[in-house]
Amino acid sequence: MISQIFSLAFLAQTIRITVPYSLASLGGVYSERGGVVNIALEGIILNGAFCATVGTYYTGSPWFGLLCGIAGGLLVAAIHAVISIHVKADQIISGIALNLFAVGITKFVLQILFQSSSNSPRIAGLPYIKLAFLKDQPDVEHLLGNPLVLLTVLIVIASHFIIFKTRFGLRLRSVGENPEAADTVGISVTLYRYYGVLISGVLAGLAGAWLAFDQHSFTDGMSAGRGYIALAAMIVGKWNPLGAAAACLLFGFAESLQIQLQGGSLPTQFIQMIPYLATIIVLAGFIGKSAAPGADGIPYEKEK
Amino acid sequence: MADQTKRRHWLEHPATQNFLIPIFAVVLSFAVGAIFILIVGQNPFQVYSVLFSQTLGTSYGIGQLLFKTTPLIFAGLSVAICFKAGLFNIGAEGQLQIGAFMTALVGMYTVGVPAFLEIPLLILAGMIGGGIWGFIPGYLKAKTGAHEVINTIMLNFIAAALVSFFVTNLFNVPATVHTPEIAPTGKIPRFDTIFSSFSGSPVNFSILIAILAAVAVWYYVDKTRYGYELRVVGLNSKAAEYGGISVAKNIILSMTIGGAIAGLVGTNYVMGYKYYFEEGFSTGTGFMGIAVALLGNNNPFGVILAALLFGMLEYGGLVINTMVPKELVSILQAIVIIFVISSNKIFRKILVNFIKKRTLRVND
Repeated sequence: MISQIFSLAFLAQTIRITVPYSLASLGGVYSERGGVVNIALEGIILNGAFCATVGTYYTGSPWFGLLCGIAGGLLVAAIHAVISIHVKADQIISGIALNLFAVGITKFVLQILFQSSSNSPRIAGLPYIKLAFLKDQPDVEHLLGNPLVLLTVLIVIASHFIIFKTRFGLRLRSVGENPEAADTVGISVTLYRYYGVLISGVLAGLAGAWLAFDQHSFTDGMSAGRGYIALAAMIVGKWNPLGAAAACLLFGFAESLQIQLQGGSLPTQFIQMIPYLATIIVLAGFIGKSAAPGADGIPYEKEK
Repeated sequence: MADQTKRRHWLEHPATQNFLIPIFAVVLSFAVGAIFILIVGQNPFQVYSVLFSQTLGTSYGIGQLLFKTTPLIFAGLSVAICFKAGLFNIGAEGQLQIGAFMTALVGMYTVGVPAFLEIPLLILAGMIGGGIWGFIPGYLKAKTGAHEVINTIMLNFIAAALVSFFVTNLFNVPATVHTPEIAPTGKIPRFDTIFSSFSGSPVNFSILIAILAAVAVWYYVDKTRYGYELRVVGLNSKAAEYGGISVAKNIILSMTIGGAIAGLVGTNYVMGYKYYFEEGFSTGTGFMGIAVALLGNNNPFGVILAALLFGMLEYGGLVINTMVPKELVSILQAIVIIFVISSNKIFRKILVNFIKKRTLRVND
């Protein structure tokens, strides 16, 4: 069993699961650091996957499909942003409604375009970078050579610097922590909240595109709760990019362990519970306090 | 000031608005839905007329509609009572899973108990199961401040994994993902055993339990001291604490009651329809409960009306599926929710402008 776990195939499996979690989770960090709760991540991922599939199918270009995936994610995020920031409606309910909407609309269009209520035709995947030392393990090579893996690592590291070391990050955090103070010093709360939510749309849209390319097709409801796991990782990671990514890696590790142990003596359902139990334990403060940004989820009403 | 209050336009009255906003939202979402129908190349009027006539026009359709309505009433009441206490219960889905499973579990081990004991016993089992699943996030919120929204989402997944474990490993009929049948005395009769016109539709007398639950929630929240405390906590928890009302106690209590009500969903599916618990029996009923509570303005009787509408849409998706993809219905439901939460702000603004204009004209 130990040798199975420390194999390259296992590593590849873990990375395959971790990449979309991390991208979506980072999206959650940007959105919530700016003060907008984003339960719509699930729907953003789903629509991203759908648009990436459709874009790739009709142009034959996975790179164009990738852009479509980002655009699809942005679209759902933009609706969430308008409802949350402009209309100042309940952000949690908006997220739930958009998740429902994404499930409905993707299946609806799937049937119009492909006459199937369950899956799209096969699409090409992203080209991969050839890795000479993995020549004899093509599956692992395709995965580790996937440019999105490298991109995800870069985004994780960059996000840490953007959020904690740049003026943009400081402003984003200030509108999420104390919008009144930010407003007083002339920072546009509305603008920065839009940035946060829209960045989450780009990142979770990418996560969706990853899923579509990894599976070479779209299947209905293929986000399969990943948006919620990403939220969980964000909380376990205490709203920090590096923490969130580490939590995603932990969840990805547990999940590939579960796949590895399938049919074994330990019921897989208990491994499935790990991310959720971990979140509850962390939130309850048993392992250090994890506190949301001060104004997370609260619409900003400018004083008149 | 006094002059203004005297001249308050009837449209400005909160009760009128609470009534008008959901209707406005529903009408608007049907209008948006019409665009989707046009995209598919169908006639919206035709599609909608089939939707209404096939659901409301036949007793079989009404039976199907009521069958879909019953769990939505439970889920809607569960969310609504928590809303009244200022809590957002996204966990009805997990609560109803655990509750329905408990009903089935107790039901399979209590063969031979007479019906007058068995039926209340199974109902109680469901309430206890759901109640425990509501108690956990309530307790965590009251004692550690952990947000109930995140915890209920997490508990939904844990509940799904837990019942999945039980019905694939421990309590299942071999090679299936459902439990054995419950004791025959625990079965709730279908309408068609008494009224033959409902023949074939799964609607059963658990809908009476749902209506009873709505009345009970109304009485509890509006007419008892406990309900008063719950509402005060929901409106202003600081004021409640000053007034000697324990916020912690009310948080735990309302989440537990909310969970117990969601746990009653098993009366419809387990006791009244399949007679066993099956993995994946609920397709998001708990989440739909949020929409139902919103549309019903957290009023128990509003919840019944909203559940009827959503029940009609859920069955309606199937009857229009030959004309447009049935997902049109999910899109409609999502848009209704978005319009309800948005129109609270937008609709009121439009109304105020409208009234202003009217008053100006009158004054001219």
